[in-house]
Amino acid sequence: MKMEPLIFEQSAEGRCAMSLPVCDVPEVDLDTILPSQLLRDSKPELPQLAEVDLVRHFTRLSSFNHGVDTGFYPLGSCTMKYNPKVNESLARLSDFTDIHPYQPEQLTQGSLQLMYELQQDLCEITGMDAFTLQPAAGAHGEMTGILMIKAYHESRQDTKRTKIIVPDAAHGTNPATASMAGFNIIQVPSNERGGVDIEALRKVANEEVAGLMLTNPNTLGLFDENILEIAEIIHSVGGLLYYDGANTNAIMGITRPGDMGFDAVHINLHKTFSTPHGGGGPGAGPVGVKEFLEPFLPKPVVEKREDRTFTLNYNPPQSIGRVKTFYSNFSVLVKAYAYIRGLGGEGLKNATQNAVLNANYLMSILKEHYYLPYDRTCKHEFVITSKNLTQYGIHTLDIAKRLLDYGYHPPTIYFPLVVEEAMMIEPTESESLETLDQFVEVMIKIAEEAKRDSELVKTAPHNTLITRLDETAAARKPNLRWKKE
Amino acid sequence: MNYVPNTASQQEQLLARIGVNDIEELFQDVPESVRLYRPLNIQGGMSEQELVKHVKALAAKNSSLEQYTSFLGAGAYEHYIPSFVDQLLLRQEFYTAYTPYQPEISQGTLQAIYEYQSLVCELTGMDASNASMYDGATAMAEAALMSCDATRRDKVLVAKTVHPEYREVLQTYLEPRGVKIEDIEYSDGVIDYDALGNTLNKEIACVIIQYPNFFGSVEDYVRIADMAHSLGALLVFVTNPVALGLLKSPGELGADIVVGEGQVFGNPLNYGGPNLGFLACREKFTRRMPGRIVGATTDHNGKTGYVLTLQAREQHIRREKASSNICSNEALCALAFTMHLSALGKQGIHDLAHLNVQKAHYAARQIAAIQGMSLAFTSSFFHEFVIQTTESPARINEELLKNNIIGGLDLSRFYPELDHHLLFCVTETKSKEDIDRLVTVLEGIK
Repeated sequence: MKMEPLIFEQSAEGRCAMSLPVCDVPEVDLDTILPSQLLRDSKPELPQLAEVDLVRHFTRLSSFNHGVDTGFYPLGSCTMKYNPKVNESLARLSDFTDIHPYQPEQLTQGSLQLMYELQQDLCEITGMDAFTLQPAAGAHGEMTGILMIKAYHESRQDTKRTKIIVPDAAHGTNPATASMAGFNIIQVPSNERGGVDIEALRKVANEEVAGLMLTNPNTLGLFDENILEIAEIIHSVGGLLYYDGANTNAIMGITRPGDMGFDAVHINLHKTFSTPHGGGGPGAGPVGVKEFLEPFLPKPVVEKREDRTFTLNYNPPQSIGRVKTFYSNFSVLVKAYAYIRGLGGEGLKNATQNAVLNANYLMSILKEHYYLPYDRTCKHEFVITSKNLTQYGIHTLDIAKRLLDYGYHPPTIYFPLVVEEAMMIEPTESESLETLDQFVEVMIKIAEEAKRDSELVKTAPHNTLITRLDETAAARKPNLRWKKE
Repeated sequence: MNYVPNTASQQEQLLARIGVNDIEELFQDVPESVRLYRPLNIQGGMSEQELVKHVKALAAKNSSLEQYTSFLGAGAYEHYIPSFVDQLLLRQEFYTAYTPYQPEISQGTLQAIYEYQSLVCELTGMDASNASMYDGATAMAEAALMSCDATRRDKVLVAKTVHPEYREVLQTYLEPRGVKIEDIEYSDGVIDYDALGNTLNKEIACVIIQYPNFFGSVEDYVRIADMAHSLGALLVFVTNPVALGLLKSPGELGADIVVGEGQVFGNPLNYGGPNLGFLACREKFTRRMPGRIVGATTDHNGKTGYVLTLQAREQHIRREKASSNICSNEALCALAFTMHLSALGKQGIHDLAHLNVQKAHYAARQIAAIQGMSLAFTSSFFHEFVIQTTESPARINEELLKNNIIGGLDLSRFYPELDHHLLFCVTETKSKEDIDRLVTVLEGIK
């Protein structure tokens, strides 16, 4: 396939794709209304293309991508489930899109009601008492939650809590978030069953601990059966429990973070609730909390008045403040709301059950061809490794690249860090037995290729637009932008 | 709705292969005491047509800018978006993909981000840009943290002429890190330069200013740059990119880091989100930037390709030592920005900025001529301006609303001292007829 030139390289002086209206007001000299030393001497070097060229450019670029609609996308921890088309249509209703955030509230009652109802639904799903929809992504939600935990301790003049405990299997965002919020990080190891090492946790749990950040099921896809004991250990020293909700697709209608003892939780609407990832966003990371943390929610807070109208409260006195301009990634909320109400309570549970069923099915077959470090029932995802193939010089990266040749998006690789050569596979509920079987067939074939013709796998991919890129050169001598010569 | 393709008999096959009798067995490791043995209390479980009806009924409780003519700006701007943008955004290859971790099958997203970074650099006069942040406010907060990191200082100055909500977000982000924030007062709609001079010292990591500022006015940026740089502080610009069609790039005016809200290109208002924050800087700060960055490189055959780069800064590698915790950003919004801005191009962005400034100045002249209304400040402005009123802003906006007009922002919301002031914005979406109608209704308010 041919590469696509940069948009700047397709520019022709004097072309313009956009037609603007003629100026219909009396014009004045710019020099008379703006300081002349601020006016540009020359125009910025932006590309100049006709609309058809632009459309073809971006259409060709799109053809270089693999999306969920292209094919199976078992990217662990990312929940790449099908993105329902009706949600896209609903989020594009002009009564949602053409709304200014500072319009009077009497004109935005529909949006406010949708937000209020979504908050209630998320409370029900997670077992929490209150939600904020403001955070724009999972990591943003984490920061919001951790700042609330910090504010809670400070409100009690409990200022000695300078530490957050994070398991070694945690997402990288967890320690990065706690650090951004001004905490020191204490890492606890995993035990032989893939859960938190309880004895190690006991040793570090003391009155300097503000909280523990945990994913359950964890990044190995394993449910930590000791969750109540973990909660007890942290709560007994006055710490709080934060739930990283990246794996919520494993628990809907089965169990709830609130019932497990968590005090705060974030949900990735772009994972569990089917809103598309957009090639890296926009997402949304709403945060739910138990009642005692509610006063610390970021402002403004969506509230229902006695007359059943909805309003934004800008002055909750103990709020951690504002984490974003305006209120939320609203159009993402519309899609998640449509998904939740479309499925209903039973449908959500059914989604979780089938996500777990699909994952266990894949695991039960793939463990015969790859190495399975924790051989126990998984939840919505599982981790296998290429340990049995390293004797042939084959590593996880090679398997991932060979999968590209067969038209699959590879699993998440080299994560979690606690497992060497990890491949984290999350099929989601929206894949059929036929799709799973085809994937299994290819994975088995690659394992055989690794033994028979390892060079073929090591040099993969062979059928893609480009081969493996020189990432070292990219980082050593960064070329981050086009520039006119 | 049901998006599970497996039939009951297929589910049986799966269970058989796993070696369990029913799905319940897969959840036996969840302790009994935390199991939810009741249905989730969520309304719904609807067919698609019922769902559409339900959500449309909610939407209908809103009144959109299709029904009202709005003169609101204040950080969220109404601009006309060419039709092709949304049609291309709906290409599944763009919107259903994840972050481009596998470059061989993500060149579309990666090249588009590289083009986005190039456009941001070209417009702002900076050397490097990241792949986007959540919004302008969080980009500004991250720029302040970058400045503290680069200067090893822990105090920042922010002009009170910067968007009040941005300053609130700044507070939320910086306070837990122990960074002190000081506000710089304003006078006549721009920074009080004496106040700035009095607060600036060698402990200040950066000075944060807005271009054009929250009131729509332009400051004396070169003077501020000289003042900040002479004491070793960095200068952070919060910029509206539409204005850069006419106005000099922040890079030319002495900026070290430039951030702003990219919603203005390609992204509908959407009740305030999703937006996209852009963040660009001078070369020497490149490795301190937060978030994703795309770079060009070559593959094994020497073919040019694009890849996520400088990842040693990021959370998935450096964990607690990362420059930020950001992971997902606003990639699709950045793609929309790239498409719209490319459609405008070199001439279009100039013409767009010109239209905005002319329409706003026409409206300002007409409104200021009404008895009981005047321009609050003498400072020069771009497409937003502040009108001082004798009548209460609440009453004015109420009267306008009766005529299907949404008036300016009542500034007492953020500035108690500006209790009879309205911030108006006029973009190319308003015709002379719209403006004249606004003026006529304003004139009629007694």
